[in-house]
Amino acid sequence: MTLLLISPILIPLITAALCLLVWRRPVWQRWLGTAGAFALLSASGLLLKLVWDRGIQAEQMGSWPAPFGITLVADLFSAVMIVLAGLTGAAVFVYSHGNIDRFRESFGYYPLMHLLLMGVCGAFLTGDVFNLYVWFEVMLISSFVLLALGGERGQIEGAFKYVTLNLVSSGFFLAAVGLLYSVAGTLNMADLAVKLRETSNPPLITALAMLFLVAFGIKAAVFPLFFWLPASYHTPPVAVSAMFAGLLTKVGVYALIRVFTLLFVQDPAYTHRLILVISGLTMLTGVLGAMSQNEFRRVLSFHIVSQIGYMIMGLGLFTRLALAASVFYIIHHIIVKTNLFLVAGIVHRHTGTMELKRLGGFYESRPLLALLFLVPALSLAGVPPLSGFFAKFFLVKGGLAIEQYWIVAVSLFVSILTLFSMIKIWAEVFWKPASEPEQAVSSRARSLWAPVAALAAITVFIGVGVEPVFRLSDAAAVQMLNPEEYIRVVLGGNR
Amino acid sequence: MNSVILSAATVLLKPLLTFISLFVLLRGHNEPGGGFVGGLIAASAFVLQAIAHGVPPARRSLRVRPRLLIAGGLLTAAASGLISVAMGAPFMTGQTYALPVLGWKLSTALLFDIGVYLVVMGAVLHIIFTLVEDAP
Amino acid sequence: MTLVLALTIGLLYGAAMYMIIRRSIVKLVFGLVLLSHAANLLIFTVGGLTRDHPPLAPEQAALPHPPAVADPLPQALILTAIVISFGVLAFVLALVRRTVASAGTDDLDDLRTTEQ
Repeated sequence: MTLLLISPILIPLITAALCLLVWRRPVWQRWLGTAGAFALLSASGLLLKLVWDRGIQAEQMGSWPAPFGITLVADLFSAVMIVLAGLTGAAVFVYSHGNIDRFRESFGYYPLMHLLLMGVCGAFLTGDVFNLYVWFEVMLISSFVLLALGGERGQIEGAFKYVTLNLVSSGFFLAAVGLLYSVAGTLNMADLAVKLRETSNPPLITALAMLFLVAFGIKAAVFPLFFWLPASYHTPPVAVSAMFAGLLTKVGVYALIRVFTLLFVQDPAYTHRLILVISGLTMLTGVLGAMSQNEFRRVLSFHIVSQIGYMIMGLGLFTRLALAASVFYIIHHIIVKTNLFLVAGIVHRHTGTMELKRLGGFYESRPLLALLFLVPALSLAGVPPLSGFFAKFFLVKGGLAIEQYWIVAVSLFVSILTLFSMIKIWAEVFWKPASEPEQAVSSRARSLWAPVAALAAITVFIGVGVEPVFRLSDAAAVQMLNPEEYIRVVLGGNR
Repeated sequence: MNSVILSAATVLLKPLLTFISLFVLLRGHNEPGGGFVGGLIAASAFVLQAIAHGVPPARRSLRVRPRLLIAGGLLTAAASGLISVAMGAPFMTGQTYALPVLGWKLSTALLFDIGVYLVVMGAVLHIIFTLVEDAP
Repeated sequence: MTLVLALTIGLLYGAAMYMIIRRSIVKLVFGLVLLSHAANLLIFTVGGLTRDHPPLAPEQAALPHPPAVADPLPQALILTAIVISFGVLAFVLALVRRTVASAGTDDLDDLRTTEQ
């Protein structure tokens, strides 16, 4: 089974290298890239099944025993995240057939997308803190280039803000890794989990935890470190921003959840409480920002920030139910948010603009598109019976169970504002009469619809079949709250 | 840049640097050295030529495009890791194969180092050539 | 020695932060470079300083007594981090050039088209 665990990294790597080999033939690259994305999706599905059937899987690279070598670990949370990465990748690649222009195709769009996927999957799979840093950088370098590729002025400016803030975050992360090594003498996460639980100096560990919180907080775009996100995510082509919106910030969330369940649990009354407060502020500022925007993708970008708040709310509450709700929320959010960006792309394709004021009339001219927008939009706001309703329901239930009424109140209030914001888009883009004539659409636009319809179907499916998805999230949460199995699998007979 | 000394020295230094890079690559198996440094030295040979004679001659004498080097290197490195998987060991476990002559040994570690060498050389040359050509 | 390095690290961080909050893009990039240097030096220092005992020794060489051999791991981490920051820096420099070419300015205050 060793190949299955490494394949989410190897498949994108090999696909990217093959795409480089056929650099002069963008059409080949396009099909190669799509095939690679679907291969990744199927491998990730198999990996999830393996982890579900047989428990946490670990693999020591180069047979160097943990904690000395690099370990790849797939627990349920990692495996679920990899499936989501595969799903986003496949949807975005199909969408790219109709969305990416010749210029970007011939300057390495497809290999870069696969390098990005490789970085994301590597970050999900690694069991080593420094290795996590390396995967973050792989991911960031490819995302920098994807963001700037094309060289329009808005893109360049957005890329600059993105680069600066993310490099500062990497600097903090690197310093935190160095300090962690000096304190614990190891960087293997399972080994760290053991050593940090036996630590003689908890305040020092808590201080380190804060450094990690800032580093991952920037990457995850939590309050007050989110300003780079709405400044950059609406600038590149839709396929790129859908990939970023769906996947990239969630890697930051993944890292937060991973280190604050496995490593930094010395003083949850302080650290997790702080995370909870941050989550409330993140939800609120994000949604307020979204309400003041009038550009389709900028509205959605601010909603990403707001939704990140919900995801880490479960981490802040830090109970089994809340953590399971967080995992559920991430599953729901990645699918829905990717889909909303893709819908925005179709709207843009037909009108050539993203300004809400200049759009209109889509309900009349394209009722199917209106329906495909409504599904993820209402799901995002939390209308039953879609996936978002259950995600919020479990979070609220988790909050009520430990009597954190204020955060429950904030989250419900924010979800009303989210609904308001989605209705605003609905009214502006779909309901009000068209103000400008539509543009002619080329035949390649057909590939834009398939992923949107598929993701909408998955959203409905998660809403209807909530039980199995929640069981999966719950099992993932149980694994994270009881790291003994993780530690045993990684360290094997060494402890 | 028009410097007679630099341009004359480049003619001598370039083969020397290339040779040293290979030496460092092979030495890296048991002693300091390896694919990364080797790749940097090899790249510096062509960068030197690009500075002395301009980028087009350097590109011509490299013969392949830098990104092909990157792709080849990535595939070589991935293949070196997969050899051990094919033998039933975890990814990237070192495998050695003793040649029947001279007592020499081939190892997947060397193959991986060659991959690194190619990637580093390709990446550095790609970056520097592009930046130089892009310059006003 | 540790004190000197600690002060240097502090100085580097201070300089990096000062440069990052400047308005000029080029200075900001220098700030980012200094930031990664500071982090690298920090790893090196907190990894423990040893003198004269490199982590690689010939086979069968007598080990120093007490065995205060340098820890190779921080050095490996730094090497990796340097390589990564080299790659990022190359990209950022290209980006700076493009920014100045397309915006006609290197003043961050003028880069506001994405905020409206």
